[in-house]
Amino acid sequence: MAGKRTRILLSLAGIAVVGAAALFYLTLPAPLPEAHWAGLGEPDMANGERVFWAGGCVSCHAAPGSEGDAKKVLAGGLALKSPFGTFHVPNISPDPKAGIGGWTLAQFGNAMTRGVGPGGEHLYPSFPYNSYARMTPKDVNDLFGFLKTLPASANVAPPHELPFPFNQRIALGGWKLLFFNDGPRAPLSASGDQVKRGQYLVEGLGHCGECHTPRNPLGGFQSGRWLAGAPNPEGQGRIPDITPGSKSIGQWSEADIVTYLETGFTPEFDSVGGSMVEVQQNMARLPAEDREAIAAYLKAIPAL
Amino acid sequence: MRFRLIATAALAAALGVGTALAAGTKDEREAIMKKIGGAMGQLVAITKDEKPYDAAVVKTALTTIAESVKAFPDQFPPGSEKNSPAASPKIWENMDDFKAKADKLHADAEGLLAQLPADKAGVGAAVKALGADCGACHQAYRLKVD
Repeated sequence: MAGKRTRILLSLAGIAVVGAAALFYLTLPAPLPEAHWAGLGEPDMANGERVFWAGGCVSCHAAPGSEGDAKKVLAGGLALKSPFGTFHVPNISPDPKAGIGGWTLAQFGNAMTRGVGPGGEHLYPSFPYNSYARMTPKDVNDLFGFLKTLPASANVAPPHELPFPFNQRIALGGWKLLFFNDGPRAPLSASGDQVKRGQYLVEGLGHCGECHTPRNPLGGFQSGRWLAGAPNPEGQGRIPDITPGSKSIGQWSEADIVTYLETGFTPEFDSVGGSMVEVQQNMARLPAEDREAIAAYLKAIPAL
Repeated sequence: MRFRLIATAALAAALGVGTALAAGTKDEREAIMKKIGGAMGQLVAITKDEKPYDAAVVKTALTTIAESVKAFPDQFPPGSEKNSPAASPKIWENMDDFKAKADKLHADAEGLLAQLPADKAGVGAAVKALGADCGACHQAYRLKVD
């Protein structure tokens, strides 16, 4: 009898060990192989700049309060408050020590699209790699080339202030297992190159869903609620629903959306507010065809 | 004793009503913003070729903006923090900056009135400059409540 019980216990322990090992394996950082980032050639700086504005890098990485050209010094330092603690945005200027000047393209690409830092560690999804995961290797290469042309800064941002267990980077493997996703976010009611470009800009580079889609208690996107609006992570107010089902923005025409992204004015000549001001300023720097693609995509997603 | 209590309560109620009638309601704030928005709309219509350039229209629109924004900070007296959900509490924390931002729009509109935009391109530049003032203040002090 005792032998049988021991056997059962041993089997259970074995299952637990295998399970733990599997979980450990599944939650390891998963960078893409070097080959994925090889042979991309000389970066196209014009496209790199377009990716730069579409990606909204300056909105978080510019030194807080900087204006005009000073915004292109990506010194970091902005404090991002979240329900999990305060994140301090890092320096991504080309400084070889404080910034990313010493990084390889593969390190940069894996940070952008896999949320894996230069030392092979998991990055916090406050950096929107769960959106940037959709970026093409070419866009990553062009952006990396463009970032290197910007001024260097020696600023070092303070470490994140996160309570246990959120300060355990290993736990991010579990988060990624549950929520990391580089596929389409929602079924589309239209197809064609323009809507596809809009999808790439909204779901990928523009990372619109990071604020406009509501999250569950673990910080993953709620399913079936793509761009349906969410509480403002910075405090009071709400981030609006931007699907065709929205009472306000849902009524806008594609041309209205294009004008808004270009000028900051709504069809009622109300003007953009809050953190959307910077986003709109970035969008205004894109070619008109990109704003039109975003508008076409926003009309093709499910109404919520 | 009871009379004094009732009198005090009545006085308090009257003061309460008085406060509510003073500047700073949601409707008053929104009415001013809508006036400015409407004026901006008239200027934008010219830049988009929906309306021909008309110096009188431009002048009226700029005058509306300059006059409306002048009175706007008065709509945020102490104690009116909760009157509209779109007004950020930061307005009362940084009242001087909030006023400075309103003054900037006022001064820019006055400047344009002194040297009235003479054609469609001039109106376009004016819209851009004034729009930047709108954005600068909304970025800091306006909450989205949709």
